[in-house]
Amino acid sequence: MSRFREHGFLLSLLGVIVAAAATPLLLGNPSLREELFLVLMLATLASSLNIIMGYTGYVSFGHIVFFGLGGYFAFYLMQTYQWNFVAAALAAALPSCVIALLIGMPILRLRGAYFALATIGINEATRSFVNNFDPFGGAVGMFFNFSVYDAYGGARNAAQLAYVGMLAVALAAIVTSYAIKRSKFGLALLAIREDQDVAMVVGVRPARAKVTAYVISAFFPSLAGAIFFFKNGIIEPGPAFDLLRSIEALVMVMLGGIGTLAGPVIGAALYEELRGLLITNETLSSLHLFVAGVVLLVVVLFVTAGIIGTVRQRFPPLRRYVQ
Amino acid sequence: MSLDALVASSIDGLMLGFLYGLAAMGLTLIFGVMRVINLSHGPVIALGMFVILELTTRFGINPYLALVLALAIGLAFGVVIYFVAVQRVINAPELTTLLATFSVNLMIIGLGTVIWTTSPRAVNVSLGSVSAGAVTILGTHAVAVAIAIAVTIGLYVFLYRTRPGKSIRAVANNRAAAELMGIDSNAVLALSFGLGTMLAMASGGLLATLFSFTILSGGTYETKSFVIVVLGGLGNPTGALLGGVLLGLLEGVATIAMPVGWVPVFEYVIFVLILLLRPRGLLGPRA
Repeated sequence: MSRFREHGFLLSLLGVIVAAAATPLLLGNPSLREELFLVLMLATLASSLNIIMGYTGYVSFGHIVFFGLGGYFAFYLMQTYQWNFVAAALAAALPSCVIALLIGMPILRLRGAYFALATIGINEATRSFVNNFDPFGGAVGMFFNFSVYDAYGGARNAAQLAYVGMLAVALAAIVTSYAIKRSKFGLALLAIREDQDVAMVVGVRPARAKVTAYVISAFFPSLAGAIFFFKNGIIEPGPAFDLLRSIEALVMVMLGGIGTLAGPVIGAALYEELRGLLITNETLSSLHLFVAGVVLLVVVLFVTAGIIGTVRQRFPPLRRYVQ
Repeated sequence: MSLDALVASSIDGLMLGFLYGLAAMGLTLIFGVMRVINLSHGPVIALGMFVILELTTRFGINPYLALVLALAIGLAFGVVIYFVAVQRVINAPELTTLLATFSVNLMIIGLGTVIWTTSPRAVNVSLGSVSAGAVTILGTHAVAVAIAIAVTIGLYVFLYRTRPGKSIRAVANNRAAAELMGIDSNAVLALSFGLGTMLAMASGGLLATLFSFTILSGGTYETKSFVIVVLGGLGNPTGALLGGVLLGLLEGVATIAMPVGWVPVFEYVIFVLILLLRPRGLLGPRA
């Protein structure tokens, strides 16, 4: 009982996600499943981004680069060596994390705007590199033969498998993000966010902590990319390294509440719902980007703390429960 | 690789570089004065292209006269963006201003797609060409470079010789001190944002006389502007112009030395390396 009280919010959050994710499987509703697949993917991207951006204070604008890399590495293993999808996704995360380590060490020395610009540069450099890299299919990309899915019992079962995989990754990302926030390591990250120089004085080693956080925040997007493009059956440089999607993940974190546990998940769900609503509405469909811009501006100007952050500010008694 | 081809493509790149530089000056001016990285820069460049398109096709105005109008429209538009999206968060952390200007980016792209769709458009201007050996210079290119230089000189005269210009430099230097000297910093910031937007629009307008374009074309020039601004040092307009010329020249030479597809890889790698090694820019003070 005391354990439930201690971790009550996390467990409720996970419970809600699992219950929501199980609904389309129980009802046998593929279109709802597709929608939730995207929400789970975006929640993964936003939650991992929150580790580097919300906890550590480093705004990684080009974080989608790890999504694309994971997708490409896994796709290559599956297509060229006929690897199993789970093995390929996990194996692809390794080079992604090594790249995150190698990139992170130099660029995390930069502060503020310079860091943000460098991450954009790295994403664009990677995209244009892959665009010319023949083993990865260059500008055309790679695509599966439909028979690839036979190993998983046909395309329908493969889609189901990808869905369950994405759910597992999203849950793992949320649990990790919770564990970090409550750990001494998480405290070091928050100290760096507030004042790096003071953090150093009290014994935090900023370089090591920041790079660790960056590598962890690269791990889950890499898995999400592998799963997404496995299900997609085709991978191209444009959609894999889409800067717009990267910035959308930032918007989700801001919308839900930066630095909070549930914020990125709520932000992802709300953003995707909103977009779905706009695209299906006849009068608004062509204006959906404009409306998204207006919503973002309103959040940025007037609700800076995001939904969870505002709840915590307005209702102090809830702070013990809502994270 | 022949020498002729090298010379021709260097000259092409160099001329284009002035237009890149003009756009980058807008970005760097805004950053220098208020520490805001303007993510609506690309769509504003594209908007400059469409302002020229609309004025020439709808009202039959000469494209270069339309450019003068575009300057005024750009200035006013920038001031509006400042008061709507930036003013409230001017002292907030970087992330906030990045997202605020990005929201403007989404709005412009959203509305622009509705109005103009995303099919390519072009402004028809022909001013003949001058040839010398293997080198052919199109009249439109030469005029575009001349105008880019004229606008730059105008900006410098404004910043160094007029009172509002001096106020801008004072605010860029130290906003608190400038306020103590009686400068209305809010008005100065709005004016700077307007000027930055105006430069971006001017560069877009000139690019429209050279290439076909869509509402999404600004994106390429926006990333180029980032590269240039970093080359020249964030917040340094002279650096931005030189950085633009340098990037144009590099592009011109690189297209001959390597397959065209690899040129952007090369550009972005340089960009990241400069950020890491000389974060104040090649021309800036040593870090």
